[in-house]
Amino acid sequence: MLWAVLAVAVAALAGVGAYARWASRRLVTPGERGSYQALSIANQAAPALRGGLTPDAMGRALGPLRSLLSTGGVVVGDAGGVIASDGVDSEHCKLLEDALRSVMEAGRPQLLSGEELRCDHLGSCGLNAGVAVPLQVDGRVVGALIAVDSSASPGLLRLCGEVAKFVSTQLELAELDLSRRRAVQAELQFLRAQISPHFVYNALTAIESFIRTDPDRARELLVSFAEFTRYSFASHAQYTNLADELRLVDIYLELERARFGSRLGVTLRVAPEVLSVRVPSLILQPVVENAVRHGIEPKGKGRIRIEAVDTGATALISVEDDGGGVDPRHLERALAGVTTSVGLHNVDERLRATFGDEHGLVIETAPGAGTKVSFSVPKFWSASGRSASTQSRVGTT
Amino acid sequence: MTDSGAVIGVVAVTLATAAVGSRGLRVSRTRDDFLVAARQVPSTLNAAAISGEYLSAASFLGVAGLAMADGVGALWYAVGYAAGYLVLLAVVAAPLRRFGAYTIPDFAEGRLDSPLLRKVATGFVLVICAFYLLPQMEGAGETLQVAFGGPYWIGVVVLGVVVTGAIASGGMKGITFVQSFEFWLKLVAIALPALALVAVFHHPPLDSVAGTAPSVFPRATTVRFASPTGIDVSKQVSVVVEGVLDGSSYPASGGGHVELSAGVHQVASRTSITFPPGSAAPTLGGAAALTNREWLSPLLRLGGRSIHPLAATYGIILATFLGALGLPHILVRFYTNPDGQTARRTTAIVVVLLSCFYVWPALLALLGRLEAPGLYLSKSTDTVVLILPRLAVAGTAERILSALVAGGAFAAFLSTSSGLLIATAGALSHDILGKGVRAFRWSALGAGIAVTAAGLAVQGTSINVLVGWAFAIAASSFCPLLILGIWWTRLTRIGALVGLLLGGGAASGAVIAAMAGAGRTGWPAIMLQVPAIWTVPLAFATMVGLSLLTPRALPADVMGKLRALHLPEGVLRRPGIAER
Repeated sequence: MLWAVLAVAVAALAGVGAYARWASRRLVTPGERGSYQALSIANQAAPALRGGLTPDAMGRALGPLRSLLSTGGVVVGDAGGVIASDGVDSEHCKLLEDALRSVMEAGRPQLLSGEELRCDHLGSCGLNAGVAVPLQVDGRVVGALIAVDSSASPGLLRLCGEVAKFVSTQLELAELDLSRRRAVQAELQFLRAQISPHFVYNALTAIESFIRTDPDRARELLVSFAEFTRYSFASHAQYTNLADELRLVDIYLELERARFGSRLGVTLRVAPEVLSVRVPSLILQPVVENAVRHGIEPKGKGRIRIEAVDTGATALISVEDDGGGVDPRHLERALAGVTTSVGLHNVDERLRATFGDEHGLVIETAPGAGTKVSFSVPKFWSASGRSASTQSRVGTT
Repeated sequence: MTDSGAVIGVVAVTLATAAVGSRGLRVSRTRDDFLVAARQVPSTLNAAAISGEYLSAASFLGVAGLAMADGVGALWYAVGYAAGYLVLLAVVAAPLRRFGAYTIPDFAEGRLDSPLLRKVATGFVLVICAFYLLPQMEGAGETLQVAFGGPYWIGVVVLGVVVTGAIASGGMKGITFVQSFEFWLKLVAIALPALALVAVFHHPPLDSVAGTAPSVFPRATTVRFASPTGIDVSKQVSVVVEGVLDGSSYPASGGGHVELSAGVHQVASRTSITFPPGSAAPTLGGAAALTNREWLSPLLRLGGRSIHPLAATYGIILATFLGALGLPHILVRFYTNPDGQTARRTTAIVVVLLSCFYVWPALLALLGRLEAPGLYLSKSTDTVVLILPRLAVAGTAERILSALVAGGAFAAFLSTSSGLLIATAGALSHDILGKGVRAFRWSALGAGIAVTAAGLAVQGTSINVLVGWAFAIAASSFCPLLILGIWWTRLTRIGALVGLLLGGGAASGAVIAAMAGAGRTGWPAIMLQVPAIWTVPLAFATMVGLSLLTPRALPADVMGKLRALHLPEGVLRRPGIAER
């Protein structure tokens, strides 16, 4: 009885298996399957290839490349020698270094015969012939790909040529990535630490006015001014924490108070949890300066409210003044960098470049209703300059 | 039998929390305040906040209750709850702060570059929060039951509504000041009554009592049976019964006088029996009561029985020592520290503060065994901290002490469950539902409702055992991820992922099986009820073994990441403006 049940079960399983094979043959043509396999393997190699010509990245990419070529072994190298290999022992790698150099000099695919690959155990090792093709980025040869096997057919030569083109394209994309990141870095370098000339003039004028009437005060203000410039010009770090930024704002406001006296009121509301949030340096002071210049200066008095609150994954920072407000259309031009108001445009650009577009400045204003400038900063983001959540989004799309 | 003192305590704590919470932001209007407002939180304040968020129903009620029920071996829980911070101090606190990550999913993704690992870690954050929230709900149910005399569900619903409402409406942001206030409140609320009780009770030292003597009711005691129970009376005694005893019912008002003969009697649910002073306390039918000698044994007894006590003790030590690393609501607090060194100093202070706290539950458990044997009969030893003040004193003093303990207990549920619900809603909204304040609020609402509903179902399980299970899952999932991620260069994505799933999954499965009632005796009981003893080694072995087998799945720039974890901040960053 038991045996009968088992026999039926096995027969049923076999039947299902046979049907599945038949169905898959009928539903998927051999051409489709071939294309699918080739593209799927290529896609496995692509992310690793974007790491550039490094031993680590190439080591991960060569496995898929070898199964794409279906050869015994694959080697990638440049003028300095072999970078990574798969399925090729170190003895053969050494033998192949000459071939690498010659194919890079020639810039054309080459067939490798027994001469180049003559190893000690002649013929028995199964790596007797091969194809070497150059890898080109922007028209210059940066390395070579060598496929070795028991024999080298014209088909292998053609396939190898196509694979080399694919690898070259990915390497070009890698260079593009790198240069884009450099461009962002350069932009950040350029945008950082622009002290407004307007402020320097006003501060010095205010200090000058105290020199005769209150020399001690003037001296204190000069010390503050010196400290302000030291912080602003210190150029060897891009990031700081919010507590440091607030201290800079304090020094700045002290200098402004020299001009406005008690007519300038400041309210600060800070959640202590967000004081250690990392921010690009000199991100808050320009926003406060903007509030003083466009909110307080025209009326000659007013109050500024600086807030930093914890909203879970981000810290929300806002600067509000009770001044005259601005026409939103004028503000749009200021943010686009068209007008002379550089401060806000600069801060907005740096926030976007550092954290992504959703962390740019948000400005709420209307004529006669004051202005509120706010932005959010992710509490955790990796040192490479993008927030963790941005990276994960990039990773999944 | 509404207890006006307890009501006042609960209401006062809720109002005081709201008051401190509304002043939680530092506000400055003058020049001098400005620098104070911008100054980083001092270590002591932050340490008190961490302790405040950490001391939950398990610490305030559960430790004393479990120690009273199962013997002093259960104090290993208290030891572990405090000692977990030693491990945190030694291996995790400073590196994690330097890395900047403040949730485990952030760390998992930042360290191993794997969005998938982030999702899995988020899943375990939700599991651990759920297991941790359930006992808070249960504690609230029992506390309000004692305070107001109503049914169990009222407390669960009250806590669920208060916490969910506060968080979903955007209030109560787990603010440092609130949490540190609640720590001091809890410390006072447990230490003061304990000291008062020691002064009031006059009892013989425990070891002078004959080893096998049954407990004696020191005063007239009314025991209320919530469920049908069989009691074993050792000597004939005259009692007053309200309800149903051995099939015959007695009026609810005044009750009936009954001569209970020696032997087993059946008590129906919702029946009260009042025993005269000096009478021997009956034992529960079916289970032998612990003798004093057994009660004093230093090893853990699972459910009061001696099942491989050494293995059980090591299981709890593994779970609690290593589990504190992986508690999602605690790591968030470390973000408030400005740098790694302060994080380490804060953790050291936390160990001291927690040690000051855990002395008192141990003392109360001892007093409970001597003074309140009725709790053994009604199976409500978890309420010993709340009941003791009523037995000891009367009048205004009783009301003050009741208000203190009830308020302290409510502070414990409030602070821990708000921290946990914020962590749950944060994980749900950040990784599953989509970012934004609206998503956060809906997540808080959904999670709050789900946990409240589940809280109704867990009545009767020891609070401490439930929390111990949350620790076991954390120790088997996040502890290996953190320790290996911080200290081992060769951890790979695949190793971390499979280890996390296997360790955390095995621990969760064991805990769920234990809740369903599987494994009551022998080694199966150990494997299911203290799963950490095998799931923690399993998780570590899987992560190490698989990582060695899959060197290709190494994340990029491991050394850069380890530098970020271990180098002091000053090396990589310019010093800022000096504080003046």
